Formats: sequence, structure tokens, C-alpha cells
Amino acid sequence: MIAAEGLSVRLGRAEVLHDVSLHVRRGEWLAVIGPNGAGKSTLLRALMGLAGHRGTVTLDGHPLERLRPRQRARLVAYAPQTPLLPPDMTVFDYALLGRTPYIPYLGRESRHDRAVTEGVLARLDLTELAGRSLDHLSGGERQRVVLARALAQQAPVLLLDEPTTALDLGHQQQVLDLVDRLRIADGLTVVSTLHDLSLAAQYADSLLLLSRGRVAASGTPAQVLTEAVVGRHFGAHVKIEPGPDGRPVVHLVRGGP
Amino acid sequence: MRAGKARPLLVAAAAGLLLASMLAGLLGGAADISPRQAVLQALDWLPLVEVDSGLAAVEQALLADLRLPRVLVAATVGGLLAVAGAGYQGVFRNPLADPYLLGAAAGAGLAVTVVIVALPGLATSIPVAAFVGAVGGVMLAYALGNTAGRAGGTATLVLAGVAVTSFLTAVQTFVQQLEVEQLQKIYSWILGDVGGGWDQFFLVLPYAVVSVTAMLAHGRMLDVLSVGDDEAASLGIRAARVRLAVLLAASLATAAAVAVSGLIGFVGIVVPHIVRRIFGGSYRVVLPLSLVVGAAFLVLGDLLARTVMAPAELPIGVVTMFVGAPFFVAVLRMTRKAAT
Repeated sequence: MIAAEGLSVRLGRAEVLHDVSLHVRRGEWLAVIGPNGAGKSTLLRALMGLAGHRGTVTLDGHPLERLRPRQRARLVAYAPQTPLLPPDMTVFDYALLGRTPYIPYLGRESRHDRAVTEGVLARLDLTELAGRSLDHLSGGERQRVVLARALAQQAPVLLLDEPTTALDLGHQQQVLDLVDRLRIADGLTVVSTLHDLSLAAQYADSLLLLSRGRVAASGTPAQVLTEAVVGRHFGAHVKIEPGPDGRPVVHLVRGGP
Repeated sequence: MRAGKARPLLVAAAAGLLLASMLAGLLGGAADISPRQAVLQALDWLPLVEVDSGLAAVEQALLADLRLPRVLVAATVGGLLAVAGAGYQGVFRNPLADPYLLGAAAGAGLAVTVVIVALPGLATSIPVAAFVGAVGGVMLAYALGNTAGRAGGTATLVLAGVAVTSFLTAVQTFVQQLEVEQLQKIYSWILGDVGGGWDQFFLVLPYAVVSVTAMLAHGRMLDVLSVGDDEAASLGIRAARVRLAVLLAASLATAAAVAVSGLIGFVGIVVPHIVRRIFGGSYRVVLPLSLVVGAAFLVLGDLLARTVMAPAELPIGVVTMFVGAPFFVAVLRMTRKAAT
């Protein structure tokens, strides 16, 4: 569904991504993990064509550079790590912006666009908040609203940059469970960055470990998350055990080297 | 659910405010004309309508040749400045942006000063000079901002505007000091005036129509821009292109307003905020209502300017700032209470 071959990105003089390749099939969830500054967010931006890159990205079989911006926006939706939420805008108006790729440049949204948006809000339990302005939302609500905007785009690929930042434990679970349900119900392909390794292992089908802009490891969570690999790339002393469902769980060990 | 739509009652209230203020603008002043007569006379001016207002020919001429164009110029300039301010605020995602941010005021000020000092006989060319100067100032800031920083970036553009403004203001002050006798003329232009008559109105009208149409068409695009450049791009929108289009339209509006009225402060910054506070944040609502409320605001401002110290006239720029600032604070306090 989404694939990259030999992806490299330079920002100024520095090469922040080097020769990254990935392949995510329809309906799969790929989590991009790695230490701070490894290039995780840049990878997501490059997958949308927002960061000038060398190498190729294919979306649903189409080379990214051949797609016009609107066509691309119908294939891939994006939720950034720190979204800008205009304080006076209502939840409904914000989610409705997700319909932009279907609306002519100076046109206005159709009844269908409104119906889609209402449907998305209902699915995310946001109907009651529809008329509320964005500065009157809690952290968990904000995350769901951003997700609603991305879903209103009705794109088969969802790119999520740290969807659980600044959320407490319960809300982290809520948001990721929600993404998982939507993924299974709609056959969405999800690529997300996640800094919490146990969460990444819990939800993703496969992991891609980035370190200093290069792919350090990729594969199933059990293949990628070993004590040696995490120790080397994160500089952390950890203990990794299989959890109740067999997926690895990462523990920090106090007083590591 | 409402989306990008304002409550009809509030829209009607805004339109009513504009009509009432224009009527007040026609009535207020030295000659004694009753509201009824003014309304009848206004109806009589409409094509195909014949009513007898009972006004003498002199009074009719006063209304038709002095007050009506004055009210219309004030309304147009107020609307242009407010809508341009809203546009700048959207483009820069900065609530402090105003129509003069990118050097329009300083450019116009310099050009007008040069004309007054160097070509004192050519008073009629002042609007042209102001227009050219305003456009030139913005273009200079834009060119500078794009060469200094990332193309389409907003921070460097604002800084370039600041640099251009202070540089051009310095030159303008220097030129002005060369001819101290002209100081009063220069200042009276700088402080604003909407009493230019029908010539001025027809001068500004075509630019007003073009720029306002372009701005209003971009309301939804400014909403998209308000969620950030990356997200706008992820929605298939080229933020830099939208920004350029709105900047062009807003700068044209500003230049047109400056050309006929000088520099009138505070309208462009205060009116969009008042509108946003009362009607909500979508630019599809903020832009058209800023136009209406800005028009009403300046018509009332002009009315005050020529009645408070009658028969002397206050510069309208002084009135907008003197009345506008406390009014703005009152609206901020009022809406804060309503929100909590």
C-alpha cells in the first residue's frame, strides 16, 4: 500500500535520512521507533512528499511525484505531533477541513462532505462536542478531534506522528485502541511514530527502528526489540520479556551502565 | 450544525449597524436635516424612485456632493482596512498583524512626502503617489523576505516588513525635515482624511471590488492555512500559493485605502478581532463581517471627527485610535465574561 525505496532526505547540509526502505501492506500497522532525532518525523513527512527527498515513494502503486497534491491527499492523511488548533474554530469546522482534497480551490463543501464529517464525529464519540471550540477540549479530546480530521479525508493510508504524546496512560490506550479498531474495520494502513517501545510492540504488526537516519532494524516486534538492539541504539539498559500475548514488553532497569 | 456560517441574527445586526451608521453619517454635521428627510432623499436617489424629501436644493446638494461621498469613502476605506487586516492576520497566523505590517504605510508615507515636498503644485497626484508607494513598500518587503529566508516563510517576511518600514520611515522623516513648512500638510495626510468627495470614491472603487472579491473567495483557504503549513500541504493545498494570493489582495486593498484616505490606524487590527470575538473564528465569517463592521466603524469615526469640535475637524486617524482602543478593551472584557 505504501512503500519507499532508498529514501534519503537532506535538511541543509545534514543528511537526516539515509537509504531508508520500507514496505507496508494494506491493513497493516507499521510503527517507526528510534531515539530522539533519529529522523522519525522526517520519514513521515517524506512519505507525504513534504520533505524533499531522493529515492522513491509509492502510494497504492502510484509514484508519489506523479500525484498531484489533491490526489495524494485522497490517498494519505496525516496527523502531526503538535497540531495547530485554531482556538476559535469549532470541532465540526475543524474536522470538515479534512474534506479539502475533495473541494475545488475556491469552492465550498457539499452536503456529502458534511455528512461524511458528521459520520466520522459520530464514530469517534465527538457528536456532542461538534459545536465546541477547540480551546475548550481536554488532551484526549484534542487527539480524537485531530484524528477525526484525518479520517474525514477518507484516505486509505494514515500517517500518525506520536499520536500519544502528552496523553496519560488511559488516554494513550483509548487513542491507540481506536486507531486499531478503525484500521480493522476500514482496512486502513497505518504508519505511526511511537516513542514508547512497549506500546509500539503492542499495537504494530511490524517495527522499523531508525537510528541516526538509517534503518537499524526492521521486522516483527519480537525480532526488532532485543535487549542488545535497544541497548545499542537508545543507550538504555532494559529488560525485555514476552508479555501475556507473546509480544515483547520493555522494562527500564534502574542504575544501568 | 453550523460550519462556516454565522448566526443570521448577528449578520442582520451587523448590516443594520452599517445602515444606521451611514444614515447617521448623512445626518450629522452643521446643517439641520431630519432623519426622515434624509431617508426620503436617499430613496429619491435610487433609480426609478421619485419621492419628495422636502429638502431645499442647497441641502440636497450638501447631501449629494459632500456628505454622501464622504460616507461612502469612509465605509469603503473602513471595510478595506478591516478585511485586509483580517487577511494579514490569517496569512501570518498572527493576531497582531495589521494592514500596514509589510511596509504599505511607510511606502505610501514616503511617496506622499516626496510629492508634497518636491512637487507642491501637484496636489492631485497625492493619491497616485500613495498607491504606488504602498504597493512599492509591500513589494520591497516581500522581495527582501523571500531572498533572506525560506520561500513562503512568514517569520522572515514579517521581519522584512519591519526593516522596510523603519528604513522608509527614516527616509521619509529626512525628506520631511528638508521642507519644514510642509510639515502640517504632510501630517494632515498621515493622520487620515475621508473628505475627498466623489473623485476619491470612484478612484478607490475598482480596486476595492477586485481585492474584496479575491479576499472573500479565499475564506475557506485561510481556514485551511490556520491549521499549519504541513497539514495544509497534507490536505493537498500549497500554503505558499494561498498566502501569496491573499497577500496580493490584502495589499491591493490597503494601497487603495491609503491612496484615498491617508493612514488610518487601528481599524485593520481592531475590527477583525471584535468580529472574531462575537461571531467565531472561521475566516468565511470573519472576512465578510469585518468588511461590514469596518465600514460602519469608520463611518461613525468620521462622524465623530467632524462633529466633536465642529466646525473644526479632527483627523479621523486620531478618532479611530482614541475611541477604538477603549472600545476594543471593552469588547475583550465583555466577551471574556461571556465565555466563562
